Amino acid sequence: MDADDQARAAWEAAYGAAPQRDVPFSTMSGVDLPPLHGDGPYPGQFPYTRGIHASMYRSRLWTMRMFAGFGTAADTNARFRELLRSGGTGLSTAFDMPTLMGRDSDSPWALGEVGRAGVAVDTLADVEDLFAGIDLGAVSTSMTINGPAAVVMAMFVAAAEAAGVERARLSGTIQNDILKEYQAQKEYIFPPRPSVRLVSDLVAFTAAEMPRWHPVSVSGYHIREAGSTAVQELAFTLANGFAYVEAAVAAGLAVDDFAPRLSFFFNAHSDLFEEVGKFRAARRIWARWMRDRYGATDPRSHMLRMHAQTAGVSLTAQQPRNNIARVSLQALSAVLGGVQSLHTDAYDEALALPTEAAARIALRTQQIIAHETGVANVVDPLGGAPFVEWMTDEVERRAEEIFDHIDEAGAGSMLEGVYAGIEDGWFVGEIAEASYRFQREVDAGERIIVGVNAFREGNEEGEAEILRIDPRVEEEQLARLAAVKQERDDAVVAAALGRVRADAADPSTNLLPALIDAVRTYATLEEVVDALASVFGRYEESAVA
Amino acid sequence: MSVVERPRVVLAKVGLDGHDRGLRVVTRMLRDAGIEVIYLGLRQTVETVVAAALDEDADAVGLSLHNASHMTIAPRMVEALRGAGLDIPVIVGGIIPEVDVEPLRDAGVAAILGPGTSAGDVAAAVRGAVSGRADRGGRSTGS
Repeated sequence: MDADDQARAAWEAAYGAAPQRDVPFSTMSGVDLPPLHGDGPYPGQFPYTRGIHASMYRSRLWTMRMFAGFGTAADTNARFRELLRSGGTGLSTAFDMPTLMGRDSDSPWALGEVGRAGVAVDTLADVEDLFAGIDLGAVSTSMTINGPAAVVMAMFVAAAEAAGVERARLSGTIQNDILKEYQAQKEYIFPPRPSVRLVSDLVAFTAAEMPRWHPVSVSGYHIREAGSTAVQELAFTLANGFAYVEAAVAAGLAVDDFAPRLSFFFNAHSDLFEEVGKFRAARRIWARWMRDRYGATDPRSHMLRMHAQTAGVSLTAQQPRNNIARVSLQALSAVLGGVQSLHTDAYDEALALPTEAAARIALRTQQIIAHETGVANVVDPLGGAPFVEWMTDEVERRAEEIFDHIDEAGAGSMLEGVYAGIEDGWFVGEIAEASYRFQREVDAGERIIVGVNAFREGNEEGEAEILRIDPRVEEEQLARLAAVKQERDDAVVAAALGRVRADAADPSTNLLPALIDAVRTYATLEEVVDALASVFGRYEESAVA
Repeated sequence: MSVVERPRVVLAKVGLDGHDRGLRVVTRMLRDAGIEVIYLGLRQTVETVVAAALDEDADAVGLSLHNASHMTIAPRMVEALRGAGLDIPVIVGGIIPEVDVEPLRDAGVAAILGPGTSAGDVAAAVRGAVSGRADRGGRSTGS
């Protein structure tokens, strides 16, 4: 048997051992569909270009994980329950700006922003309300937070354990990707190096105590939303992933002890074949670097698992219902690219947070792709198409050029190269340049945006109903926070914060145990963040543009 | 009509929101259009923006707001500038729902630039707001 015959036999064995969804794998004309077309490399095999599983969506559809959060914890809890009732299969939490920046709702910085762009979380009490009545042992939960990720993770563990769910049973993801904050999203608190220590502490803590948890979701989504190209998104994100691997190894972890739990988050933008090529190239690059450069031997360490979200920045405020078509095509690119989990944007998100009705259409869009189009019936249905394979190769080649630049800037360390690119503004500059180039092309009419620079007839203002956040949210949240502060024992809080400061000053100590103890005293998010900042300092971007 | 030949505009994001793509693009659009931009960047307060406008003898202030805080922050900016004796226009860009446009105008915001506004329209809006002020006796050259 030659090598391809062996690989084929291995794929057939893996495919045969996988469960099958209970649906007919045939077309509407009754044509039975073989699961895979073409020769190797095979899905579920190195370098995983065609998918990380042998059977992909023939066994299980991707997780339809809708991002939600607004107002108070109780408001968001109600939206979570509605999404689960509507057939959502995972939860994803959006926090408000003050929470993302480690500020309490009663901070002067929080004025006008409490509960506006996500849910407000000040103390453990809010996290308890957020997941009230939801079995955290049964539903996987994603939390999109970065600067104060370790503190919010501590609250999540404490809330789950108070509800009787042991930490080892918790499954889900915390974004916890601080490097892209300095490059794109700008929701940083501490300087890069102590921030990366917090990431490594969370990686080590979950590797030891939470085997079902993904401690980092290395995120290109925000890099793309900030204006990067698809190639930059891919390259910067994977470079950040390599940086976290190097940081965790430097902290004393063995690569195969944590790499299987790293996950990724990419943007699904409008250029359909470039996007498909990007998703496929991402898996291939990661597999090769993890094996060859970082010496990972566990195949699970080679597999890049990814969540995708359709491109919020592509949505137009003009003719907002057109966004349903954009989202459908972007979601299709993610499914054809073989993602494990997907969020589809609601058509009204160029105007405000989604209404419940618009969020439901977005979920229904995924369900239509999954159940009506047939694209989930065949593994990597575009694999082998000359254009798709060429695009995959081309995206990969261009990403490798960017890795060379970063590696050189770090003198052979991707972690140091990423730090260098943050410190000298290289990432920010590259992204700004790309977004400006795109905007000029749009202004010149070279790139058509339907309803914006072409086909503007029928631009009706106020076409979409939008979600308004009731101003009472801020008052309610402030009252809630005041009540929690009233009831707690301040001396206990102060002692716990003292331990956080002491552990922060000792880089050899994992901070998570002290953080969990601190949040259990109902220390607020800002109090804990301030304790960390007293040791770590705060980061400010130099205002260059 | 009086014309400020090379207007000076202070651009900033007030509050915690980190989405600065729009502000950076607008900065370059305006500079290409011959308008001088004092770029303050992220995490400014109303007070730091007023101080910069005073220090720089600015002709206008531009705020980028994407986090639904515009109804709180934009009117405060207008009041704070007036309180400091600066009669210069405030221009707001970002995700501003249609229903909020009229109330923002009533609060004294000079121009509201929504998503999809072209470079030419941004520059024209800034020049228009500044020349409106020049007509009322602001810093200007020519006649």
